[in-house]
Amino acid sequence: MPVSKLVGAKVKRREDPRLIRGLGQYVDDINLPDTLHVAILRSPYAHAKIKSLETDSARQHPGVVAVVTGAEIKDQVGTLPVSGGNETLRVPKHYVLAVDKVCYVGEGVAAVVAEDRYTARDALDLIRVEYDPLPVVTDPEKALAPDSPVIHSEWPDNVAFRSEQKQGNLTKAFKEADKIVRQRLVHQRLAPIAIESRGVVARYLAAEKELTVWSSTQIPHMLKSNLAQMLKLTENQVRVVAPEVGGGFGSKLNVYAEEGLVAHLSLKLNRPVKWSEGRSENFQATIHGRGQVGEVEAAVKKDGTILGLRYKVIADIGAYHQLFTPAIPPFTGLMLSGCYKIPAISMELTAAFTNKMSTDAYRGAGRPEATYVIERMVDRIAQELKIDPVKVRRKNFPKPAEFPFKTATGLAYDSGNYPLALSKALKLAGYEKLRRDQKRLRSRGRYLGIGLSTYVEICAMGPKGMWEYGKVQVEPNGKVTVLSGASPHGQGQETSFAQIVADELGVELDDITVIHGDTATVPKGIGTFGSRATAVGGIAVYQSAQKVKERAREIASHLLEVDPDDLNFAEGRFSVKGVPKRGFTIQQIAQEAHLAKNLPKGMESGLAADSQFEPSNFTFPFGTHICVVEVEPQTGRIEIKKYVAVDDCGKVINPLLVDGQIQGGIVQGMGQAFFEEVIYDENGQLLTGSLMNYALPRAADLPHLNLTRTETPTPVNPLGIKGIGEAGTIGSTPAVVNAVVDALAPFGVTHIDMPLTPQKIWLLCQETKAAGSEGRR
Amino acid sequence: MDGAWKKKISIRINGVEHIHEVEPRLLLVHFLRDVAGLTGTHIGCETSICGACTVMLNDAAVKSCTVLAVQADGADVLTIEGLAQGEKLHPIQEAFWECHGLQCGFCTPGMILTAHQLLMRNPQPTEDEIRHALDGNLCRCTGYQHIVDAVQYAAKRIKPGLVRSKQKAVSRKQ
Repeated sequence: MPVSKLVGAKVKRREDPRLIRGLGQYVDDINLPDTLHVAILRSPYAHAKIKSLETDSARQHPGVVAVVTGAEIKDQVGTLPVSGGNETLRVPKHYVLAVDKVCYVGEGVAAVVAEDRYTARDALDLIRVEYDPLPVVTDPEKALAPDSPVIHSEWPDNVAFRSEQKQGNLTKAFKEADKIVRQRLVHQRLAPIAIESRGVVARYLAAEKELTVWSSTQIPHMLKSNLAQMLKLTENQVRVVAPEVGGGFGSKLNVYAEEGLVAHLSLKLNRPVKWSEGRSENFQATIHGRGQVGEVEAAVKKDGTILGLRYKVIADIGAYHQLFTPAIPPFTGLMLSGCYKIPAISMELTAAFTNKMSTDAYRGAGRPEATYVIERMVDRIAQELKIDPVKVRRKNFPKPAEFPFKTATGLAYDSGNYPLALSKALKLAGYEKLRRDQKRLRSRGRYLGIGLSTYVEICAMGPKGMWEYGKVQVEPNGKVTVLSGASPHGQGQETSFAQIVADELGVELDDITVIHGDTATVPKGIGTFGSRATAVGGIAVYQSAQKVKERAREIASHLLEVDPDDLNFAEGRFSVKGVPKRGFTIQQIAQEAHLAKNLPKGMESGLAADSQFEPSNFTFPFGTHICVVEVEPQTGRIEIKKYVAVDDCGKVINPLLVDGQIQGGIVQGMGQAFFEEVIYDENGQLLTGSLMNYALPRAADLPHLNLTRTETPTPVNPLGIKGIGEAGTIGSTPAVVNAVVDALAPFGVTHIDMPLTPQKIWLLCQETKAAGSEGRR
Repeated sequence: MDGAWKKKISIRINGVEHIHEVEPRLLLVHFLRDVAGLTGTHIGCETSICGACTVMLNDAAVKSCTVLAVQADGADVLTIEGLAQGEKLHPIQEAFWECHGLQCGFCTPGMILTAHQLLMRNPQPTEDEIRHALDGNLCRCTGYQHIVDAVQYAAKRIKPGLVRSKQKAVSRKQ
């Protein structure tokens, strides 16, 4: 690569001018003439047979155009797709509207189509459904008990799938251990809550036999293929557009019932049809994340060396699989080694159906669970052995020279320098002083806690078929169009991809337009998830720009009648070595290429190239987060005194965007640690069904985050970039919990399940008060 | 719906009078988006928690998902579309751009208008005051830090009086 001007620079986002003026077009902002509006009647029962469904009154309501039920359309719209999983996978039929029974609160039962959204909502009240309630199970552990109600009668129990990942000699590890540390850990269910809920607009043009679906999705191309299949259309009849998408966090990495339903309604009624998800629908019917309960056992030596780790876990799947449901929990098993050398590791996973919404990918998707397991365990080990948690971490780190580092779980970590990130974070936080302060304050009855998390994550999904597509085209007028199959939704690739191309071709940033999210414009693509858009999609764009440059060199060589090797390329211009005045700019070459009157023999017109990039391995960003809290036992209040993060995502294209991803990620991880939990009662009623009772982090809850980076490039791709979309979320949760547990160590506290609400902390302090007053150091 | 159920209202949005017959139950946010066609005001929760729908109603930031359009009859409303003057961005918009105060952009219009109210009332807020003022606006992308930076950035650059000028220029009914 030539000396870069823009890669690595804090470039202001090119997306922003439209967004800060309110001119961005999200799905609900699309208003096609003659649009009909859909409202969906959802089940108030978690498990029930549909005895009868009466829709006549709704159909007769003025302004109502159609009412459909699951039974009426089940032969016209295919079931929802599921991807991943092993031979034990059980896939219950998942219709776009329930056919004869409902399995969770919020499952769609009927849909009203009306001339406006208020009328559609009114008519829902006129539909009469008679339900025959069935026994409900919401707790995944109870769902696996022999006496549990069975949700899908095709199978004898609620097992959705099982898997066992086991490597190394665990028997030996546990035999040789000086101590075995055990802990039960709960990863509570979370709601992703993109601030824009989902939405779909579908328009079928009967004359052209062409269906266009605008959806708030992270994966327009995958959605297109799946919709074609569900609706029995050919792929060339379906176009999917992801317009402005108001956040995803994995929740829009899916194919949802409403996408199939709304598209079907447009086909059937031959008019544009729109559905906008309300927030309470979003809580009920958009995927949830996490949802694991597990028992961990660690075999350790007295000096803190970890010999082996066993994790026996139950994953709460919900009532059905969504697109990647079976793929998420196994990621936890893959990443259980964390950033440590652990010779023997196993994960025994049982996934359970429950009468709840499905779980699926939510920012981190299986990796936050792994990081939480190992980072909590390292602290538990330190506490049991009375060793500083920093020492336990250092003891078990692989050395920088050991990379690529092979884990017992079968991965090869690409590159890393874990001790460096740790040292940097300790210095930034003033660790030694913090420990002294902690001791001093404890003697005065004040409880400071210091929590570390040295994380590593797997991203840039990934090898084995997870390619991404990019194209770079220099137009006849010299302006550059970049197409990407990645479908960013806030991450800023319209800017970072332009930076890559501007440097490569030596053109102005303002002369580059990045286009994405439309299957009619971008011929193929996979999408944005798994921190892959830049580390995979960005490379496809980079490679295309290089191809364009090479083609331009050939043309320049032909026009200047010199050997290609005798050309210099600088500032967007090819010139003859030693004769800098003789040369052509890339814009001049583009014009020549389009005129095609004087091109090298056999070369076709135009100056464009596309490419696909599939990495040879995943990338493994890492870092150290340190959280300092003070806990007030009298009230249970937790104050974050300091938060320091040192993250390493390899080379950085735009530090402004990377900081934004890290900050947002850390706060989302704090949300899990402090505030968030999706709660269903034992009848399967969703108790956290709105933002009034599901707490998201707010500005005033949070401290100023102190961030810095180390930079260890990855050898996996030519730009050395690793991805940063999920790192913050993965790193922060255990740092927070470790800090709070550390603060309450004098009370004999060894673990607290999330979320760490003041009530929970207060109760814990009350219960252990006596022990606390004795235990004070 | 039957005409008898409708009420004729007049709302001045970004200085332009909008006169329509609406159902009394119509929410202000739907009036702005569906009747006036100004889709920059977003709907994030319908329960006045998230603040995506925040607009200025007679100089006060309100959540337009829990105000009826008929309640705004005769009022002045400022939405995100009315903040820039032609091509010239408002200093708060500039600041959000400069400080990377947005990612997906969905909460941004509401966030900017809430910041606008804050700076009208308190032109030089501390970080703590900013964080508290933004407490009714949720952002899931940024972790708020760059938003706080943006408000501080704007506070340094807004000339005294500028924030209020636009609203004051419009004569108020009622």
